Amino acid sequence: MEQHLPADLHVVKGRKSRLGRRLAPYLLILPGGAWLLLFFLVPIIFLASVSLQTGNIFDGFRLTWHFHNYIDAVQRYRVQLVRSLEYALIATGVTLLVSYPLAYWIAFQGGRHKTTFLFALLLPFFVSFVIRTLAWQFILADDGIVLGALKRWHVMPQGFHVLATSTAVIAGIAYNFLPFMALPLYVSLDRIDRSVVEAARDLYSNKVQVFLRVIFPLSIPGVFAGVLLTFVPAAGDYVNASILGGTKTTMIGNIIQLEYLTNFHYPIAAALSFILMAGLLVGIFAYARVLGARSIEEYV
Amino acid sequence: MSEALDPRRIDPALLRGLTQRRFSRRDLLKGMGVGAGAVGLASFLAACGVSGTSSNNKTPSGSPSADVLKKIYGDGTPAGQLNFANWEDYIDVDSKGKSPTLQQFTKDTGIKVSYKTVINDNDPFLAKIIPVLQSGGDTGYDLMVITNGGPVERMIRLGFLTPLDPQYLPNFTANASDSVKNPSYDPGNKYSVAWQSGFTIIGYNSKAVKTPPTGFGDLLDPKYKGKVGMFGNNQDLPCAALVYLGYDVQKSTPDQWQKAADLLAKQRDAGIVRSYYDQSYINALENGDTIITQAWSGDLFIASAPKSFGGDGYRDIRSSIPTEGGILWTDNQCIPLNAKHPVDAIKFMNFVYDPKIAAQLADFIWYVSPVPSAKDVVLNDIKDPTVADSPLVFPSANDLAKSHKYKVFKDTAEEDQWNSIFQPIYTS
Repeated sequence: MEQHLPADLHVVKGRKSRLGRRLAPYLLILPGGAWLLLFFLVPIIFLASVSLQTGNIFDGFRLTWHFHNYIDAVQRYRVQLVRSLEYALIATGVTLLVSYPLAYWIAFQGGRHKTTFLFALLLPFFVSFVIRTLAWQFILADDGIVLGALKRWHVMPQGFHVLATSTAVIAGIAYNFLPFMALPLYVSLDRIDRSVVEAARDLYSNKVQVFLRVIFPLSIPGVFAGVLLTFVPAAGDYVNASILGGTKTTMIGNIIQLEYLTNFHYPIAAALSFILMAGLLVGIFAYARVLGARSIEEYV
Repeated sequence: MSEALDPRRIDPALLRGLTQRRFSRRDLLKGMGVGAGAVGLASFLAACGVSGTSSNNKTPSGSPSADVLKKIYGDGTPAGQLNFANWEDYIDVDSKGKSPTLQQFTKDTGIKVSYKTVINDNDPFLAKIIPVLQSGGDTGYDLMVITNGGPVERMIRLGFLTPLDPQYLPNFTANASDSVKNPSYDPGNKYSVAWQSGFTIIGYNSKAVKTPPTGFGDLLDPKYKGKVGMFGNNQDLPCAALVYLGYDVQKSTPDQWQKAADLLAKQRDAGIVRSYYDQSYINALENGDTIITQAWSGDLFIASAPKSFGGDGYRDIRSSIPTEGGILWTDNQCIPLNAKHPVDAIKFMNFVYDPKIAAQLADFIWYVSPVPSAKDVVLNDIKDPTVADSPLVFPSANDLAKSHKYKVFKDTAEEDQWNSIFQPIYTS
């Protein structure tokens, strides 16, 4: 006990711990901070610079503070930008509707086998994202194993097809990002103190009331995290659109790829990346306000 | 105690003002620091420029001097190693998975070949190696195969290809087809020699398409609504439309490009196009997603050939060379700049222009061989008339004369204009 220490020892210990206490936060932040600085901040500053440059790959690009790149980018690719946000929004909604019951069931009814169920949920994701999407392309082909059979049995009209539609792209995104939604939901649901639920029942809540007034509000942090983790990568995705899409399903990720790799218009591509990022940030803050968070940190 | 000093009655705003820190000299200094930081950031941003190459590497014009070539190839002694970057399914393979051509090359010259199928598509591959070359590094490859109609021209203009010394290419001079000699995208073959060529033609499923298509016009037919495949790239798609409209691809004007783009937009908006494909178009045709599609000649040959013959066995898949003529493109062997073993690479280039070797390759790859005299070898020595007589592997002089070539751009501005007209079609 501190008060029983001799006086001089007390002083030494106090000084030491004061120094430690002052340095500790900085030391703790050092690895993560250095990582962020090196792999996030530096590239993003570089990207910001590129987005304001003009030139071509033959003569090089020079920083001319050409803000018009942003206007050009939006004018040329407004449709694809809006479409990406739209697809991401719908896909996020779908994953939420699918994952919530799933996570709920695992958290409350999973019993001893919770880990098994979680593992089963994650199992498909041990296979590469692109391979799985290509598999869907094969499975859902017009004369493939599913649609081909249904058409032969005349369950479906001959012209029916799933691929090359916006539905296919959205479904693909929803499928691919499901665990990003399901896992945070599961964590928040599993964390709910069961005695709170019991208390609600003791106070004559029926099942619906228990869910709406106790369980759902307590799972909101999970919903928030899940929506963020799904929506952000979904909006930037380009794999699903290029594999499952058809005409008029191009997303902004495909455009950024085209501008970088085919056209070598680095500034336009960088500007588009920034616009996407800004759009997502605005969306996220608006969303945080709607959910009533006073600050993002409260949820993440 | 007077009422005014009663803490309960003090205006909260005043209380805040009294208790909170005001703007101090330290804050001002901090502010200045931020300002200085902003200035520093601005200069850092400016330093982030992406350097080009024209300033340090003069855009190549005219033939490289003998001195330059001497410096690259020395006295023509190979180093004994060749690192070859190629596309999938683009070399002969025997039952053991080895390439007879590469084995023969090693046997004849003692040069070991490390063969890697690392190229899936031109743009992503070039995007990977361009930054390396820009920083003066070595890509790790001595030989790579890239397509004309953009990629090759870009690499030449960037100065990222090693010039070829014709004295090491006697087989090319003697045996190469006129269609690959002195091409407009690389006059005088200063930086490239053909690996294989191919036609962009029409592929269709004969079960669903009863009347064999005759031209690019069939791809616009509303009766195939939703089942037509088109290429989503800057050459195959625009060239087909220009050819259909009767324009000369090389001499076409921006007005004509616009007309071609309008035609393609109409085809898309009428729901005729299923999707704009990359190489996956052939799976779409095999799976029944499309029944008629733009296609590359070699792929159609492989798709329709029986499995016993090494094909995919889709017997209903047929090819049709449009009456307007096919679109001819060429994949080229190039030596990237700073390659470690240029002599080994150029020896290989010469090696594959030996009619025997060319025949061996043609009999497996089924694209257009750059060596016409290989036809006799395929017919008489390999005894494979299916390949030897195929107009897709050894096209007739007439087919070649009628064919159209990928657009060669005179400068970046022209290419940008072309792209800005045609890209919105397939990136809608």
